[in-house]
Amino acid sequence: MQFLALIYNVENTEDVDMPTLMEQYRAFGEEAGAAGVLGGGNALEPVSTATSVRVRGGSSSYTDGPFAETKEQLGGYYMLECGNLDEALTWASKIPTARYGTIEVRPVMVFED
Amino acid sequence: MSESSDNWARIFRAQFGSILAALMMHTRDISVAEDAIQEAFLQATERWPIAGLPRNPGAWLFTVARRRLFDLLRKNAVRHRPGNDEAIYASLHDQNALSEEEFAIPEERLRLIFTCCHPALSEDARVALTLKTLCGLGVKEIARAYFSSTAAIEQRLTRAKQKIKKAGIAYEVPEGEALLGRLPSVLSVIYLIYNESYSAYQGQTLTRDDFALEAIRLARVLYELLPHSNVGGLLSLLLLHDSRRGARVSGDQCFVPLREQDRRLWNRDLIAEGTLILNRAIAEGAPDAYKIQAAISALHCEAGCWEETHWAQIELLYGSLYKLEPSPVVLLNQAVVVANSGRAALAFECLRDLSSPLESYQPFYAARADIARTLGLHSQASADYLRSIKLTKNSVEIAYLEKQRAKLEGALNRLQKLGEPKI
Repeated sequence: MQFLALIYNVENTEDVDMPTLMEQYRAFGEEAGAAGVLGGGNALEPVSTATSVRVRGGSSSYTDGPFAETKEQLGGYYMLECGNLDEALTWASKIPTARYGTIEVRPVMVFED
Repeated sequence: MSESSDNWARIFRAQFGSILAALMMHTRDISVAEDAIQEAFLQATERWPIAGLPRNPGAWLFTVARRRLFDLLRKNAVRHRPGNDEAIYASLHDQNALSEEEFAIPEERLRLIFTCCHPALSEDARVALTLKTLCGLGVKEIARAYFSSTAAIEQRLTRAKQKIKKAGIAYEVPEGEALLGRLPSVLSVIYLIYNESYSAYQGQTLTRDDFALEAIRLARVLYELLPHSNVGGLLSLLLLHDSRRGARVSGDQCFVPLREQDRRLWNRDLIAEGTLILNRAIAEGAPDAYKIQAAISALHCEAGCWEETHWAQIELLYGSLYKLEPSPVVLLNQAVVVANSGRAALAFECLRDLSSPLESYQPFYAARADIARTLGLHSQASADYLRSIKLTKNSVEIAYLEKQRAKLEGALNRLQKLGEPKI
């Protein structure tokens, strides 16, 4: 079976020591990788970069910010490889659930070192 | 000296949007581009007093800002891909071979307009960002205009710039169908800047001239770069509306309603220009909300006096507007037209259904007060003026409404002396 582990947290928590956290994530990645359970994963840019896409009556609308309804639940995800946000939003509009639900589009964080 | 620095400040502001738009061809980071421009301005204030004003100040500023941008990007080069760096070095080499005067600012403002007004940004952010980048306004000026703290505006701008950079909002002008889809969010930003400029303020004067002029300037630039009929519709609306600006406030800073305005104070050049653009916009494309409102405004401008206004035609236009934009505010305006054309009782009836959706909408009470007064319903009118005053932040408007209410109270007192009026 495949499982998706979704990571929720309060952004910019000051009581978390970043280097320690990064080291713990590295260790987790190594352990899960060695065990053969890791199918992939990414960090996301903060919610302030999120855009929510809805298609109603055939036309798509975009809203700045994350998906915030409590009634609807996360039902799946796609990883989109696009040149820019506009392309990603166009593809998100084509996802069937966009017509009655919401698709939140978040950029994947790129670590530069 | 201070006169020339004022002059320079004007040059800086006038060039800011063009330079920033051109710099954004090299980076997605608006903050870095803004820093580069600020440093160019700083260099100008040091150099121009000694060397004199360059032949083409805009080109001078752009050339210096671009060089500074490349420096800044190179400093951040650790985070840059090598390919990008080579391109920067190559163009830097080119640049050194030429004199500053030879770099005219390439016209890239359309990209910047579409980026700042991207629908993935919140409306507030779009407005603030457009004022900051394209109009070159400072954070303080924007905060003052929107009754916000500089810290709040600063945060809104930072967040929007971060989103453009990190979420990968494309720096390009959408094409074909996508252009039509994106145009409304650009037009609404310009419309909002104009609209905020003239009534919704807590300020001492009714008209925020600078903001109105900025909105018109933006609409003109947009129409010049993108002569689409929908852009023409918005530009004509702003021009026609603005033609009456001088008549809207009296010498002693009192609000003057349309009926009492001195029509000789209306700007005939703006009316002529607005009408010309509107006619072209109507001929070239389907009607939209801006074109219809412009047509209404044009009918007011054409009337030689209040009595000559084509109320029937204006009423029909509000009907068409309602079909496109079914909002209670449109119905309110239509009811006011019905009252103006001598059917106050019918207008009063129309307002009945609007009292709940427009419960906290100031113009509703001001309009109902006027109509009630026409019908002789003095206590209703007085109560409505009072509610309307409580909902207004604009001191010029408050003064006008207070005056109306005082006149009414006088009439009420006289009536009471004669015996209880039957209302």
